[in-house]
Amino acid sequence: MKKRLQNTTSDYLMPVTAITLFLIIWQCVSMLGLVPSFMLPSPVDVAKAFVKDFPLLLSHSGVTLLETFIGMAIGIAVGFLLAVLMDRYGLLRKALYPLIVLTQTIPTVAIAPLLVLWFGYEMLPKIILIVLVVFFPIAVNLLDGYQQADKDTINLLLAMGANDRQIFRYVKFPSALGHFFSSLKIAVSYAVVSAVISEWLGGFNGLGVYMTRVKKAYAFDKMFAVIFLISALSLILMWLVNVIQKKMMPWENRKEQ
Amino acid sequence: MNKLEVHNVSYSYDGKTNVIENINLTLGKGELVSLLGVSGGGKTTLFNVIAGLNPPQTGEILLDGVNIAGIPGKISYMMQKDLLLPYRTIEDNVALPLLIHGTKKAEARKKVGAYFTEFGIEGTQKQYPAELSGGMRQRAALLRTYMFSGDVALLDEPFSALDTLTKSEMHRWYLDVMESIKLSTIFITHDIDEAILLSDRIYLLGGRPGTIAEEIVIREPKPRRRDFNLTEDFLSYKRQILNFLK
Repeated sequence: MKKRLQNTTSDYLMPVTAITLFLIIWQCVSMLGLVPSFMLPSPVDVAKAFVKDFPLLLSHSGVTLLETFIGMAIGIAVGFLLAVLMDRYGLLRKALYPLIVLTQTIPTVAIAPLLVLWFGYEMLPKIILIVLVVFFPIAVNLLDGYQQADKDTINLLLAMGANDRQIFRYVKFPSALGHFFSSLKIAVSYAVVSAVISEWLGGFNGLGVYMTRVKKAYAFDKMFAVIFLISALSLILMWLVNVIQKKMMPWENRKEQ
Repeated sequence: MNKLEVHNVSYSYDGKTNVIENINLTLGKGELVSLLGVSGGGKTTLFNVIAGLNPPQTGEILLDGVNIAGIPGKISYMMQKDLLLPYRTIEDNVALPLLIHGTKKAEARKKVGAYFTEFGIEGTQKQYPAELSGGMRQRAALLRTYMFSGDVALLDEPFSALDTLTKSEMHRWYLDVMESIKLSTIFITHDIDEAILLSDRIYLLGGRPGTIAEEIVIREPKPRRRDFNLTEDFLSYKRQILNFLK
């Protein structure tokens, strides 16, 4: 534990230094005119664009985040349900597993236009795309977690007279929680990116729509501003998942004491 | 009447080769009986059968005169590892058997809370298993085993993972607890000294398929003297067992 404490300062210091250094070099490159400023705006220009367009960015973010949340919620529910069913019924697992893997070999970018053609320019095609991207890691990881639950512990609960539902509740589900959260971290960043991609292809609001508009105007500073915003949103969501995980798995934190 | 009687029980996993054959044993009220024998001799299989996890092909298992063969949840069972769930606090681990039998959470916690002092784990209620020492975890696991169903317990090498000092402390403690809660116990062990120290009777298991080859009664009164394991009586029991296991 002591060792960890000593490490934390450098844990934060090193990446912060690296990023700062990177921004300084970038600023110098722009100011020295090594790359034409309309193609590569300086970090300061990007920051200015960000501040100027902030209200607009905020309202577009709201739409993208809403799509992400709805898509995530449905995707998690679908993944959870599939994992439970596949864990319970071996035949279903054999039948569905290859099919589920197959859905993941289809690139997101390839089905997004199709979804737009089928479901129009509103939120629906965006949400469907997010669901398709999110359910997979959730289902596969949860299934792994359920199947790896300790056999002796399950036997012990059987000896206590537990039924299948109780074994799921007391053993399988809590054992799979770690798996669930690591897949959720992946799913969250996929979800944001998928929302943006499907917004590129048509829509009225959202960060992807904003992106296509500023692209058409060759506003590079705004392009960079929105790119940073998107990655910041992903980071915040991943951090949020971490916070929820700490809250829901208190025994993991206590172990280190 | 005996608390538990096992009559002519045989069991095989594949329906052909018996792992255990024609097992007969009895357990009186408040008695501690050990099963001693080479590993792979079918002791754990016998426990799984008595606990109701595996129904025997032949024979019956009478608890207070009622056949419970193939019915789990009637007899307390503690497996080799403590198997405390790492994600539940000690009190919620201990309360698990009650929750499974349909008791409400608050009531179950209250009920198990009453035993924490007696089992020497007072104050650990809100802790997680990883925060406890081996001996404390074992006590918690034993309390959970007791909450299972009460008065008959099957313990599969419960103390084998503990160091020698903790082990002898746990032996004394377990005999005290048994006495005060009127528990009858069947105990699997590989440790001959442990078996002689704790048991009223020892069943020696031999061969494949596992059968009961010998029954040894330890006539030393309980509670046993502190230096019982240094006496000539103790050694003669030990000699008898070693001769048999050779």
